[in-house]
Amino acid sequence: MKLHINGESVEVPNSVDSVTELLTHFQLQDKVVIVELNKHILEKENHALTTVTDGDRIEIVHFVGGG
Amino acid sequence: MSDRYSRQTLFAPIGEKGQELISQKHVLLIGAGALGTGNAEALVRAGIGKLTIVDRDYVEWSNLQRQQLYHEADATNRMPKAIAAEKRLKEINSEVDVVAHVMDVTTEEIELLVEGVDLILDATDNFDTRLLVNDISQKHQIPWIYGACVGSYGLSYTIFPGKTPCLNCLLETVPLGGATCDTVGIISPAVQMVVAYQVTEALKILVEDDEALRNKLVSFDLWKNQHTAINVSKAKKESCKSCGSEPTYPYLSAGSHTKTAVLCGRDTVQIRPPEPKEINLEQLAETLQNQGGKVDQNPFLVNFSINDEHRMVIFQDGRVLVHGTKDIAEAKSLYHRYLG
Ligand SMILES: [Zn+2]
Repeated sequence: MKLHINGESVEVPNSVDSVTELLTHFQLQDKVVIVELNKHILEKENHALTTVTDGDRIEIVHFVGGG
Repeated sequence: MSDRYSRQTLFAPIGEKGQELISQKHVLLIGAGALGTGNAEALVRAGIGKLTIVDRDYVEWSNLQRQQLYHEADATNRMPKAIAAEKRLKEINSEVDVVAHVMDVTTEEIELLVEGVDLILDATDNFDTRLLVNDISQKHQIPWIYGACVGSYGLSYTIFPGKTPCLNCLLETVPLGGATCDTVGIISPAVQMVVAYQVTEALKILVEDDEALRNKLVSFDLWKNQHTAINVSKAKKESCKSCGSEPTYPYLSAGSHTKTAVLCGRDTVQIRPPEPKEINLEQLAETLQNQGGKVDQNPFLVNFSINDEHRMVIFQDGRVLVHGTKDIAEAKSLYHRYLG
């Protein structure tokens, strides 16, 4: 399926079903992240239950410590 | 001299009135690494009234690629970053009151540092200090600007007490480990981009143009050509222990900060003495020399190479950086063996 992630069109395997799986796909599973799905910010506890579908607009910001 | 700020006052949202406000403001900058030196230089050039700059580390060769206030002699002489930054900043703009502290910031220090401060800028490299900054910001209603970067990635967010969610609301949990500048590297444009976001928001706050604030969590990856901004206002939590209706400021309470800390990705352990003390560095250098190993010093610290693997740097305030280990127990045993 095709998703719009951080402003870019990205092809993601159809096996990616939830936001949690999407984060794992991008190797962000161990990071603290903020996810916005179609302009709605998601609660972290809902990442596993929220499904992603073709054409979704997703913004992902992960926190890093360096400075 | 009189047209020093002319290009900035010509910029309508600042103007003469804004410049006057900037010249009366006091900014506290925590960290004098990549983000710290970038922010400091921009604010000092912009003519802020007072800049307090705090850092616990000294300049190393690996810093010179991106930490813009330092030069080779600072690395050769292992100058404390706060001191080297202060010197350079005063050369850039002698009108600004620049105050430097070679200091590790924990609860006790931060309570003293925020007195009379209008804005706190985050240029640290760890979340322990950021959450401390976040709590003090809420307690004293002082805005602060988070900034961080690694690789070609960076992000920033402006936290305005009473208006925006705080860092604790956004994180929920403290991020552990992960990529740091020392494990995956960093390119200087990523630093400069975060600095640009931080300084711009800082100027808006200093000229009291709150309307102009971004209100979004912004992030980018310059190498991957990505750019994102998320409106996180809904992430503000009533139950937040830092900014909610019944705050306890958990990160300000003593005990959440240990006397030892592993410096992220640096193969270094910092050990703080139970009480701050003034070390006689001359005397210490002599004592260590007699125990073997290679000793050199500057007015701010003593560098003691124990063997090929381990090296200790002792600061005037009694803090010690044990290089060459991530193991707190090993670091402590070296500390006690040589420093009692
Ligand atoms: Zn909060």
